[in-house]
Amino acid sequence: MATFFGINLFALSGQLLVGLINGSFYALLSLGLAIIFGLLKIINFAQGAMYMLGAFFAWMALNYMGINYWAALILVPIVIGCIAILIERFLVRPIAGEDHLYSLLLTFGIALVLQGLFTHLFGSSGLPYKIPAELTGGTKLPFMYLPNYRAWIIVISLVVCGSTWWVIEKTKLGAYLRAGTENPQLMQGFGINVPLITTLTFGFGVALAGFAGVLAAPVYSVSPDMGSNILIVVFAIVVIGGMGSIGGAILTGLLMGVIEGLTKYFYPEASATVIFLVMVIVLLIKPAGLFGKEA
Amino acid sequence: MKINKLYLVLFLLALVAPMVLYPVFLMKVLCFALFACAFNLLLGYVGLLSFGHAAFLGTGGYVTGAMMLHTGMGPEISILVGTVAAGVLGAVYGKLAVKREGIYFAMVTLALAQLAFFFYLQSPFTGGEDGMQGVPRGSLLGMIDLSDNTNMYYFVLAIFIFGFWVVHRTIHSPFGQILKAIRENEPRAVSLGYNVNDYKWVVFIISSALAGMAGSTKTLVFQLASLTDVHWHMSGEVVLMTLLGGMGTIFGPVVGAGVVVTIQNYLSGGELGNYIHIIMGFIFIVCVLAFRSGIVGELQKIMKKNFG
Repeated sequence: MATFFGINLFALSGQLLVGLINGSFYALLSLGLAIIFGLLKIINFAQGAMYMLGAFFAWMALNYMGINYWAALILVPIVIGCIAILIERFLVRPIAGEDHLYSLLLTFGIALVLQGLFTHLFGSSGLPYKIPAELTGGTKLPFMYLPNYRAWIIVISLVVCGSTWWVIEKTKLGAYLRAGTENPQLMQGFGINVPLITTLTFGFGVALAGFAGVLAAPVYSVSPDMGSNILIVVFAIVVIGGMGSIGGAILTGLLMGVIEGLTKYFYPEASATVIFLVMVIVLLIKPAGLFGKEA
Repeated sequence: MKINKLYLVLFLLALVAPMVLYPVFLMKVLCFALFACAFNLLLGYVGLLSFGHAAFLGTGGYVTGAMMLHTGMGPEISILVGTVAAGVLGAVYGKLAVKREGIYFAMVTLALAQLAFFFYLQSPFTGGEDGMQGVPRGSLLGMIDLSDNTNMYYFVLAIFIFGFWVVHRTIHSPFGQILKAIRENEPRAVSLGYNVNDYKWVVFIISSALAGMAGSTKTLVFQLASLTDVHWHMSGEVVLMTLLGGMGTIFGPVVGAGVVVTIQNYLSGGELGNYIHIIMGFIFIVCVLAFRSGIVGELQKIMKKNFG
């Protein structure tokens, strides 16, 4: 076994890999939250429930309709995006412009309903989802064994996060989005359909969570509380990173995953709490968050 | 004058209630009512949405349970220690949380409460998933046996009235007026020279200590402290109780707690138990969209329209 100053490289790199995978999910979820927050100024408490929904839809598509993983990876986020658009249009929009705490409570209610519904339908024990045949097996690296599916999660999340960042920061559509974040009234004055952009943004932000859910189905067991557990961690990450920047949300997500992985190796007892502790430290040193603007 | 008569009538009703209703049910309502009143002090009067109040309920519960099990102290001392412990945790958490506002405040408190959850999950003294079982109720001042449900009820009622009085005093003090000013217009309160964060911090400590008192009492009533009390579901439940009853009203949380506990008791017995969270979620959605003043708030509106 490869060791280096008493550190078991094999185990350490294994935990780092797990950390990077968790970080990929954190990045996808906090990116979605940040996009929605930018334009709507609300926090979607149902983001975790939508992630859970993504995993369940993938499972249902495979078992009830025979839709395979690759099709689900495209279809499920679209379906979830459409559900989100309906939610935005009929539930969130009527209370837009009021205290944002109400939309937080509203989406919390939606999350409770969804989680309760799926617990009722499928029980709380969790369902297995097979890794697609193309991605089974793994590659043997000099210091570790890299399962192909895990590598795929990291690569595809980075690609999705990166292209989202590129669209928002570098394209005309992204410019509209950023302008809408700064001053929606003015942009409306220029003849841009802000309510439409708002709805689509909400749909896309939530679709990212659905996408993460499909991606997660083969590595975590598909269970109704998978969403709420990860969401609270993602909230801490959002506080750490601040929601001012899209790139910041992605970076903080990945970084926290890695920190969690390192903690799992060096001090496993604290691995569940380390991200919350980092949040405490950030609140003490830089309350607005690492990438946040001072309020 | 009118309001004093109302208090008197309610007090008399509370005295005779155990002759009509099951005392353990009433005690559960009183514990949650106190919890919701404590929470409402923050949400209703300062506009701060804490999504982590379960941490204080649970801390009070576990500390009181440990005192009763391991130190041989009486229930009054144990509850006091549990309350202080929750207040101390509230002082630490509050100091951190008031650094952020609005939605961030909610997320910070939720994350901090999750930190407490994992601490209690992993600490050996809490009994982990099994919870802390068989907590004795002891006897009040060494004289009155609390294992008797009627005696226990009046003890819980006394604690509730004390907690309610603290909330009432806080709201109707000059301090409370400033809290409302912060809720209505924080920048103006700042420009008038008030150190807003200190005010928020102090009321956060009061609120968490009272939540801890509710948790301490609850542990004695059920002779059990468990992870349910520190879970985020519990933090959500207290938000629901306050929202449903009417936030920013003094009786709203009490009514809300009564309704929610009744619904839970009714559902948990039958085959509808699975639907609890779905129903709670729907109540949330309906309250936010169409019933924002809550039961007491709507009643007050009707009263004002017809009699005011």
